Amino acid sequence: MAIVTTSKKACSVNPLKMSQPIGGSFAFMGLRGAMPLLHGSQGCTSFGLTLFVRHFKEAVPMQTTAMSEVATVLGGYENVEQAILNIHNRTKPEIIGINSTGVTETKGDDVEGFIRLIRQRHPQLEKLPLVYVSTPDFKDAFQDGWEKTVARMVEVLVDPVDAGAVRDPARINILPGCHLTPGDLDELRTILEDFGLKPSFLPDLAGSLDGHIPDEFTPTTIGGIGVDEIATMGQSAWTIAVGAQMKRAAEAMQARTGVPFRLFERLCGLIPNDEFMAFLSEISGRPVPAKYRRQRGQLADAMLDAHFHIGGRKLAIGAEPDLLFDFSSMLHEMGAEVEAVVTTTASPVLERVKTQEVLIGDLEDLEERAKARDCDLLITHSHGRQAASRLKIPFYRAGFPMFDRLGAGHQMSVGYRGTRDLIFDLANLVIADREANHQPTPDTWRTTDSGLQVVPPQLH
Amino acid sequence: MSSLSATIQDVFNEPGCGKNANKTEAERKKGCTKQLQPGGAAGGCAFDGAKIALQPFTDVAHLVHGPIACEGNSWDNRGSASSGSDLWRRSFTTDMNETDIVFGGEKRLYKAIKEVIEKYDPPAIFVYQTCVPAMIGDDINAVCKAAATKFGKPVIPVNSPGFVGPKNLGNKLAGEALLEHVIGTEEPDYTTPYDINIIGEYNLSGEFWQIKPLLDELGIRILSCISGDGKYRELAYSHRAKAAMMVCSKAMINVARKMEERYGIPYFEGSFYGIQDSSDSLREIARLLIERGAKAELMDRTEAVIAREEAKAWAAIERFKPRFKDKKVLLITGGVKSWSVVAALQEAGLEIVGTSVKKSTKEDKERIKELMGQDAHMIEDMTPREMYKMLKDARADIMLSGGKSQFVALKAAMPWLDINQERCHGYMGYIGMVKLMEEIEKALYNPMWAQLRKPAPWDDGGETWQAKAMAQMDAQAAEIAADPSLAETTRRAKKICFCKTVDLGSIEDAITAHGLTTVDGVKEHTNASGGCGACKGRLEDILAARLAPLLQAAE
Repeated sequence: MAIVTTSKKACSVNPLKMSQPIGGSFAFMGLRGAMPLLHGSQGCTSFGLTLFVRHFKEAVPMQTTAMSEVATVLGGYENVEQAILNIHNRTKPEIIGINSTGVTETKGDDVEGFIRLIRQRHPQLEKLPLVYVSTPDFKDAFQDGWEKTVARMVEVLVDPVDAGAVRDPARINILPGCHLTPGDLDELRTILEDFGLKPSFLPDLAGSLDGHIPDEFTPTTIGGIGVDEIATMGQSAWTIAVGAQMKRAAEAMQARTGVPFRLFERLCGLIPNDEFMAFLSEISGRPVPAKYRRQRGQLADAMLDAHFHIGGRKLAIGAEPDLLFDFSSMLHEMGAEVEAVVTTTASPVLERVKTQEVLIGDLEDLEERAKARDCDLLITHSHGRQAASRLKIPFYRAGFPMFDRLGAGHQMSVGYRGTRDLIFDLANLVIADREANHQPTPDTWRTTDSGLQVVPPQLH
Repeated sequence: MSSLSATIQDVFNEPGCGKNANKTEAERKKGCTKQLQPGGAAGGCAFDGAKIALQPFTDVAHLVHGPIACEGNSWDNRGSASSGSDLWRRSFTTDMNETDIVFGGEKRLYKAIKEVIEKYDPPAIFVYQTCVPAMIGDDINAVCKAAATKFGKPVIPVNSPGFVGPKNLGNKLAGEALLEHVIGTEEPDYTTPYDINIIGEYNLSGEFWQIKPLLDELGIRILSCISGDGKYRELAYSHRAKAAMMVCSKAMINVARKMEERYGIPYFEGSFYGIQDSSDSLREIARLLIERGAKAELMDRTEAVIAREEAKAWAAIERFKPRFKDKKVLLITGGVKSWSVVAALQEAGLEIVGTSVKKSTKEDKERIKELMGQDAHMIEDMTPREMYKMLKDARADIMLSGGKSQFVALKAAMPWLDINQERCHGYMGYIGMVKLMEEIEKALYNPMWAQLRKPAPWDDGGETWQAKAMAQMDAQAAEIAADPSLAETTRRAKKICFCKTVDLGSIEDAITAHGLTTVDGVKEHTNASGGCGACKGRLEDILAARLAPLLQAAE
């Protein structure tokens, strides 16, 4: 059982954490025709926007209420009103998703109140869904913003259903955590469909940020789950939540519609996927398709091939709680030692990470610990690149943001197949590192007690 | 120590800014920050601008006082290059939490400064103010002063919280911080008559190193570069330079002008983008240095270097001429402000679409700058479908623009090249221009385009979004042509001023209602041209068209 501690430093160096509001906007990006809106100064939006664009290499919709100094002090009603009207007129969104920021929370803007008043004054907005979530920058982290926002979407957008209502046995709600990529969501979709199930993903980043070329260009999101589909999620037979962060949304769904849920904290690794397959088989009443029986064998074989390289590796990992728990557990199960662990925010999974200590801290902490404990595999997001080059150890980029490599949206870790490919990637990194940096030399094993002295043979 | 609002006023009063000089007293007071439109704004905040301007100082610790968003969402995102320290790429932030908001963040900031000094011992720390601590009244000037005294190290407050305005205001506020706290605080070991400052150059992709070897060859010493690959000490003694070059972006014009005022360092505005501009800039540097005491033979050597480099570059560009024959470039940017890039593209045989300007008279230059400036602004407002049609109508073969239009161009299977600051290649100086040609050639002739333009086997060609978009636009055009009242509505709905969202109809109505004859009159009544001012030309055209029949009638 890991001890969870929080860094005592006054100065965060090389942050691992990103802010809560953009985690909220990220969730709104998985809705069709959506315009995420941050209630704050324009920088709050532009920094987040730049990060998303660099990660996905896609145009990303995101707007700002553009709070000036004066507006911040006097309160932002006019700015919220104008922003909503402007977005409504210019981009015709199907939904506007609003998150607060540090500036507007410090003032204490009552945005829910604003929205009621705006609706009164502008009846043309009657049918336009407006979802507001309070997400101050000075609390929590990216993952929390996502968690709160998805839970709020359920509360506002899903039509209530009586607990005893007749449900569609084939329809399944999937509530994915923000650690899953569009590629992961597509993999889950395929798996569920192979069981004859009809999944609804909330949110569905695979529809909007999978890098496709859209039929119709819109200034809002180019895909994702529609507001109409969300409204009917109460008719599903089950909700599957992926990642502990999604428990809140799953509970909200159950409270509102009576749909029972099953939480899968992990979908990377052999055993978690066995459990997942067994559950899908149970709720669909179908046997596990042959395809997945074969994939299980492939994963098992990949583990056999890769354990020579991954076993005994000392892992340094910096990630948000759910991604951290998933990856570190899978590697622990492959024989890696989880040595240096840093995360961003509190979570019930942290104490179950297979390590001594989990630190809520930054990448400086991770770098120091990795160095002190001789770690030889680093996993974190792209901001770890400076630490990796100083540590000179193999570096696998995982999580958000990944701005210095391509294909972030398609990097997969779920399912037998996703786990298999991830294991190959990691093992290959280790092999490449050994070839490049650890080739034996005549002096590799010479003991250094007496220096590197060589006593010349005596001539007789 | 002046207050933040006084500093902002002072920056707005900048007499070195050409745009400012044309404004009335009242307009100047209002400043050059265009009022941002909620729900329709793009771009960074003043903090962003300050950080961009100063972060390229490589040996300084840049400490951001604020909640995690300001630094955590943005660090290590600029492509400046360093020849030495990597400290500038590390990120330092106080990551303020709820307790700090309630009790104030000054103590945390002080402790953070202490930690940074203990761990990294930088020659100086720049402390950036952000919105939240500004709101709760954290006095970073006082904290920095106390820390500087206590630790015996420069701790420089950069007072530019995001909500005071946009990025370009932040650039200038950063400059003010340097003027107030750093420049002139140290002395160089020695000076020479060949010492210059380069101001407003960030060494993105290391591109300044495309020009530096030439300066080295001429024996010209860069005493301080503000701020690309800059070092704190060089900045502190930069007041001993003999001359300065203000790189064409106006980001730090206040620094150049005030250094002239305070220390008598003459400056000129120049650019190293394009062959002609590079040569002009080298000449101008030599001229200013000679004026300030360098030997006159510097000019001869400079001319020799220019002649050699120009000959080499033009010879290298010659190779591209057959490849670029009949190829059309759509150049859309506010980023490349250099006429001579256009000249070089034309010299290489590329046709620039959207302008018929061929000769480089001064008026032609102004005209093309204005044209491109407007389009750059217009494009941010365009729907992707409109942009696709524009590309199609222009029959362009490649589009050169800033990052924002990238995805539409690429998804329309249109070769595209980034010429704004996010790009990963240096395009500076003579070498850089040739590099730009190479990149254009690579993009134009990539065999991938032909494949991507083919429809999928299950599409009959009419189903691609491109075909649909064109069909839709054509249908719209036909509908408009068939219906005079719709045509009139559409004509009147044409947006003229993109900053203030003013359409042609409202401008015409205002002209009629108030008998307006001048751009200023139109501005007063409609707010058009009250933003960036790029649409003034369009307003003049509208006024001229309105007035022409009246004048005829009068005759």
